[in-house]
Amino acid sequence: MLNPSIISGKIDFDRIRADFPLLQREMNGKPLVFLDSAASSQKPRQVLDALQHYYTHLNANVHRGVYKLSQEATDAFESGRRAAARFINAGSEREVIFVRGTSEGINLVASSFGRKFFKPGAEILITGMEHHSNIVPWQLACEQTGAVLKVVPVTDSGEIEIDVFENMLSDRTALVAAVHVSNALGTVNPVEEMIRLAHARAIPVLIDGAQAVPHMRVDVQALDADFYVFSAHKMLGPTGFGILYGKEKWLEQMPPYQGGGEMIKTVTFEKTTYNELPFKFEAGTPDISGAIGLEAAINYMEKIGLDNIQAREHELLQYGLDQLSGIDGIRFYGAAKQKASVISFLLDGVHPFDLGTLLDKMGIAVRTGHHCTQPLMARFGIPGTVRASLALYNSTEDLDQLAAGVIRAGNMLR
Amino acid sequence: MSVQDIQEEIISEFSFFGDWMEKYEYIIDLGKNLPIIDVQYKDEDHLIKGCQSQVWLQAELKGDEVQFTADSDAIITKGIIALLIRVLSGQSPKDIAEADLYFIDQIGLREHLSPTRSNGLLSMVKQMKIYGLALQQVKS
Ligand SMILES: Cc1ncc(COP(=O)(O)O)c(C=O)c1O
Repeated sequence: MLNPSIISGKIDFDRIRADFPLLQREMNGKPLVFLDSAASSQKPRQVLDALQHYYTHLNANVHRGVYKLSQEATDAFESGRRAAARFINAGSEREVIFVRGTSEGINLVASSFGRKFFKPGAEILITGMEHHSNIVPWQLACEQTGAVLKVVPVTDSGEIEIDVFENMLSDRTALVAAVHVSNALGTVNPVEEMIRLAHARAIPVLIDGAQAVPHMRVDVQALDADFYVFSAHKMLGPTGFGILYGKEKWLEQMPPYQGGGEMIKTVTFEKTTYNELPFKFEAGTPDISGAIGLEAAINYMEKIGLDNIQAREHELLQYGLDQLSGIDGIRFYGAAKQKASVISFLLDGVHPFDLGTLLDKMGIAVRTGHHCTQPLMARFGIPGTVRASLALYNSTEDLDQLAAGVIRAGNMLR
Repeated sequence: MSVQDIQEEIISEFSFFGDWMEKYEYIIDLGKNLPIIDVQYKDEDHLIKGCQSQVWLQAELKGDEVQFTADSDAIITKGIIALLIRVLSGQSPKDIAEADLYFIDQIGLREHLSPTRSNGLLSMVKQMKIYGLALQQVKS
């Protein structure tokens, strides 16, 4: 089989792969072919070293010590915030809130913004391709406030139609919450246009960027997003850490989400006053190493260049689709014109669970099932798909292995 | 044959396979050849909900013996039930309820299943034993 070594721009992606120690592992006696980065990416040595360095040399609680070590830890921690602000071009570090991940970021907004701004009969508009993390928090907020959830339908190609979206905006719409890149289909939504249309009616917009930031340059000011949420672990960083970007004008008006240390200014039994942004939303000792690991991941990606990463992954996606499309009875889900890093498919007459199991035995890690998007799967009338998702460290060889594996498994199962 | 004899037979069969792909090939074959369940039993009452695949299991007493039939939408799952049925179908309710299914570990099935599948396997075994217990009471 032909294996063109793809080199996007001047970047040698074979060398990049060598930065990821885990990719050297064998699985079931075969070299690991890791195609589940949308669930969680692998981490480069640079990130692992930063975590190790923190615990070896800097470990102390932040924002409270009088001693030098605590100051150094605080500096490293806050440096992570500056890096995150730079990464998404936030207007100010006050707008960058550390959370546990995308899910917590969305829950924070649903709870706090919802308590303040959702009234009975208000509408929350989401799309039909949302991850459960961008559905359930809104349902909880609706139960508490009397607001109602509205859903923009998904087309057969796995897209939303912008005029349908526009028509669903109304005077009752209190917030739009939409995914930037679909984790199940790879669809890149026209979020800039969506935000423009919503803002024309003075409706704020939250974007779930979990699957966007690992693969493309994101500029929250250019998008004019009111809230933008993502997880470190999907973009080469550590688990349990993420970012909620929010415009200061909203964050200032929102009540605290959780109470505890860090988030207060003064506490008496009669009345507590809250700390300023971003600390108002960061109760308790934060994940200090998470911020440091995220900065290392950001530095790593910026050194390669987000545009190079996007170009590389686009080539890989195209290559993978070409390799797979000849396979007898294969059906792809998600044929959006703008698509990123995800190949979701089924083989006629084969249960995705069976296919995933046999691929695993061949050392190929894919995800099978509903990908936390059950309503989307219901929309397509399927229980789930097999999903191969890519990252900058994947190679054309990985996709050759996938295609060969799918053919072999298909022959066994049919 | 007793529960133990059949388990020994399966363990011996599996010892001839070279690698796990061959074992899976065999399990898939078993799945394809599992006698089909009467459609009337493919309902909510007979459904064992797994995370990713569904299993329908039905049991009835014929004389002293329990007869199991089953189906699944996933073929590997079906093959695994076929193995369980081979061991437990035709046994007495008491033997089913008390069966120690050591063959599952001996052939390495449990460790070779993903966590989701392994949980599914445990639910199947549990359901078969519940049938055993229930039918024991019907008998007495
Ligand atoms: C689009 C999307 N949103 C939200 C999430 C949830 O992210 P986390 O589990 O890191 O909170 C995911 C993760 O799978 C995702 O893909």
